[in-house]
Amino acid sequence: MKPGFLSKNPSVLTFILILAVFTLGVTFLSEAYGSGVISTSMVKTLGKTLCLCLIAIAMDLIWGYTGILSLGHFAFFGLGGYMVGMWLMYARTREIVLSSAGGVLPMTPQELQDAIATQIFGVVGASELPAVWSLAGSLPAQLALVVLVPGILAFVFGWLAFKSRVTGVYLSILTQAMTLALSLYLFQNDSGLRGNNGLSGLQNIPGLDAVGQDALSVWFLWVSALALGLGYLVAAFIVSGKFGSVIRGIRDDEARVRFLGYSVEGYKLFVFTLTAVIAAIAGALYYPQAGIINPAEMAPIASIYLAVWVAIGGRGRLYGAVVGAAFVSLVSTWFTGGRAPDLNLGFYTVKWVDWWSVLLGLSFVLVTLFAPKGLAGLVDLFQGLRPPKRGGTPMGPSDGSLREQEAVE
Amino acid sequence: MRTTLLALTASLCLALPTFAQDSAPQTPVPVETVEAPALTGLAAVLAENADQIAKPSRQTIGPVIAAIGAAGPGAPAFLEAWADKRVGQRADGAFFLIEKTKDGYALTDPATGADAGTAPKSEISELKPNSGVRGLIASALVEFQLNDPDPAKRRAALDSLARDGGAEHIEPLRAAIDNETDPAIRAQKERLEGLLTIRYGISTERRVAAIEGFGSDLGLDLRGAINPLLVTTRKAFKGAPEGNIAEELRPGRHINEEEAYAILVAEGLAPARLTRAALRAALEANVENGAVAGIPVAELDDPARRDAAYTALEQAGKVPAGATDDEVTAAVAAHRYADLYAEPDAAVTTAAREAMKGIEMKVGVMQAADLGLDALSLASIYFLAAIGLAITFGVMGVINMAHGEFITMGAYTGYVVQLYISDYTTSILVALPLAFAVTFLAGVTMERLVIRHLYKRPLETLLATFGISIALQQIFKNIFGTQARPLTAPSWLDGAWVLNDVVSISYIRIAIFVLALVFLGIFLFVMKRTRLGLEVRAVTQNPSMAASMGINPDKINMLTFGLGSGIAGIAGVAIGLFAKVTSELGSDYIVQSFMTVVVGGVGNIWGTLAGATLIGTLQKGIEWLNPSNTLAAQTYMILFIIVFIQFRPRGIIALKGRAAGD
Repeated sequence: MKPGFLSKNPSVLTFILILAVFTLGVTFLSEAYGSGVISTSMVKTLGKTLCLCLIAIAMDLIWGYTGILSLGHFAFFGLGGYMVGMWLMYARTREIVLSSAGGVLPMTPQELQDAIATQIFGVVGASELPAVWSLAGSLPAQLALVVLVPGILAFVFGWLAFKSRVTGVYLSILTQAMTLALSLYLFQNDSGLRGNNGLSGLQNIPGLDAVGQDALSVWFLWVSALALGLGYLVAAFIVSGKFGSVIRGIRDDEARVRFLGYSVEGYKLFVFTLTAVIAAIAGALYYPQAGIINPAEMAPIASIYLAVWVAIGGRGRLYGAVVGAAFVSLVSTWFTGGRAPDLNLGFYTVKWVDWWSVLLGLSFVLVTLFAPKGLAGLVDLFQGLRPPKRGGTPMGPSDGSLREQEAVE
Repeated sequence: MRTTLLALTASLCLALPTFAQDSAPQTPVPVETVEAPALTGLAAVLAENADQIAKPSRQTIGPVIAAIGAAGPGAPAFLEAWADKRVGQRADGAFFLIEKTKDGYALTDPATGADAGTAPKSEISELKPNSGVRGLIASALVEFQLNDPDPAKRRAALDSLARDGGAEHIEPLRAAIDNETDPAIRAQKERLEGLLTIRYGISTERRVAAIEGFGSDLGLDLRGAINPLLVTTRKAFKGAPEGNIAEELRPGRHINEEEAYAILVAEGLAPARLTRAALRAALEANVENGAVAGIPVAELDDPARRDAAYTALEQAGKVPAGATDDEVTAAVAAHRYADLYAEPDAAVTTAAREAMKGIEMKVGVMQAADLGLDALSLASIYFLAAIGLAITFGVMGVINMAHGEFITMGAYTGYVVQLYISDYTTSILVALPLAFAVTFLAGVTMERLVIRHLYKRPLETLLATFGISIALQQIFKNIFGTQARPLTAPSWLDGAWVLNDVVSISYIRIAIFVLALVFLGIFLFVMKRTRLGLEVRAVTQNPSMAASMGINPDKINMLTFGLGSGIAGIAGVAIGLFAKVTSELGSDYIVQSFMTVVVGGVGNIWGTLAGATLIGTLQKGIEWLNPSNTLAAQTYMILFIIVFIQFRPRGIIALKGRAAGD
């Protein structure tokens, strides 16, 4: 009998179990459905962290498994957020306009739209609804755009880049350029997405005014946990079968896979587009919890941080990405939130708000140099797994291929 | 003699005869005047018109000023003083140039300029001509100033004429050209005469000749003179358009119906169109029992129902008739439209238009040249920022994301040096080598500690150096704060090299261009002519082969990396001179620098040069197409680069064969 999916991926069951326990635990400790030990803002932070874990899985698929260091996935994340944010903002403003309409006559559709446009675009000095907002009134259409816009963008970009055999660091720089171009474009006031003001008030869900933020935050936590669980399953399914072997082959030695007759570009393109869509879905769940989105979120640096999370967690294994994203983003929130106690060195007091970035940067360098397996390496240590002894021979000549210390026998 | 004068003055100063007689005996009379046989020149004119001069009116003073102007010596000084409110009339009616002293006035005789003693305050009434009169005096003065023996005064007069010359200045200016000896001032006078003729001249031929005389001159003043001639206004006519027509506008071809109707409304030839807001207001004012003209309010969210309601109200006579679409079309069709020149003379406007065409053409060429200079300076900035990368990334294949922070480090070094050395020239001269030293050391340290272990792992290098970049940036913030620090250029770099009114380039940009050239030279020299360059090239191509030839690859890699970082430091000083020195200075350039290297072609300095030129030109070109939006320019530039990489993945100048490395 062929081994089943779960027996090939023992981590999946453990992961789903931990996720379920975590979600239930937070629910029973939340203000809305339980004892109230965990504040609403903390629930939101946890929900956002789950979304970040989801995009980290996407990053691990494309970088850890396929060997493409994409510095553009946060752009897809942001695009997803923008797409859902447009509906949230439009529908919410529509409610406000309708409830505050003071005239004797009921509004014509044109007047209603003009009033909404003035409300939304007053800050950038415009009063007309740009063409990109033409579907903003419809939730299903915008939800479809969450998947379609980043998906098509990733497909076109990936098709162009992979077709002309741009690889390695060149591809990284190219994806970074794409992110920069996108965020610069969105920074303009006439981009139609409110320039650097971004979209705001996204935490208020239209039609759910009766539900308080405390309950909403738990609902979003459930949805995020569900998305993360499904994302993990999909990713585990992809990397466990023959497909997974091929993309790992591409990572370790692209030319050899090509000579074996596989369409390397097709595989890369599929993974690139799929991960872009996963990133977009994560973004669409993240920003309603964050409440605001602006182009600064999509700056190239965000995508690099994503790579940092995955590297610290341990690339090339899915739970590593999740652990890295959760660990680094939570610790980061703790340090930059001013809650970490100052460190008094006698001659100088280290304020973590100022020094956290330094610590993060340096620990990142150290992880890259000395612990390429990242935090997930601790699991190997616990299980007694050792890296293969190849005496320094490389696993593959490609830039993205695993190193001896990263692989597990 | 004294009595003669007294009698004359008394008889002429009709307004103050008694005062004159009363005060005359005490008046000290200047000796010179006493000796003059009779009143001549200025004194006579002043005496003759004393009344008007004392109480001038704008309407009647003209001939008097002209007479004074023609009166000979002393006239300009008198006019000048008069306009400056420095003329006083003594109780006996005589005029003097006055100067306030402690207890009265010091008097100067206007005709001779001689000291005329003093007078107590009570005896002098100051003349205070109003601004209209002062204007007339000033234009009369122009004639004298234009012929003043002092060239500086002549120039000053020309400058003031250039600012607010009028029709009345043309004649004096023409008269002043012939006896001008200084060729520069003569040319200035002739130019100004031409400009004034264009604007205010009376005869068509002279104006046309003046316009044509300038050819396609680039001066802003010429454009300032011609542009008002070409100002047009839109007019509607019932029949054929009249006046100096610039262009007849046909609805549907040149203007659309809306615009045509707007002209009619503006001229009062048609009633204004009913706007949506007005419609709504009218309906709201006529709500009766929850309905407007029988249509329930609840149904009025439909534009068609609103129109119906309004029409019903119109028929009931409750609201004014608004123009319907048919009426608008009919009204538009019943008229003809044209752009009319404000200037009535057709020959002049034709000549002006021709001249403007030539000027615009030439201005266009000059703007292109200016744009070229801008592009060149931007290219040299990118080149400077990228040249260090071209060494570390291009030659060694190491991605250094902290390159931007090395640029920042250089700029901060410059700032710190300026804290200690206040002379800007010296401080820059010290800062350049010091910045090199600091960043060289930083680069070598980083290479030894981190990069050395990752030579085979470019992606890991990217991430590790990025970690260093985050850390460095935050450290800069902690040390220097988030606000911008000043790095001041020496004063001889202030200002700009102005070729004409269109083309100019600031000295600082020229300096950066020169610096970029110097670095290109240094780089080429080091790589092609020195032992170090030879060893670097050898290690780049094949480290183990180089090692077996007795080269120490470790040392070479370290030095090469240090060199690249050091150049980044110097670039930082240069960039800091015109950009704000903040901790984010370098990261603003990092992506563009990578683009420059990648677009140009890795491993080749000429490629970097070509890449910088391409990106600089492109960015300036796009900015020129859409000047209000530099963000869009950067966006489109990056998009272009992404597409460009598709077609030339190895850059403009791609290495071939073994040197390409794969």
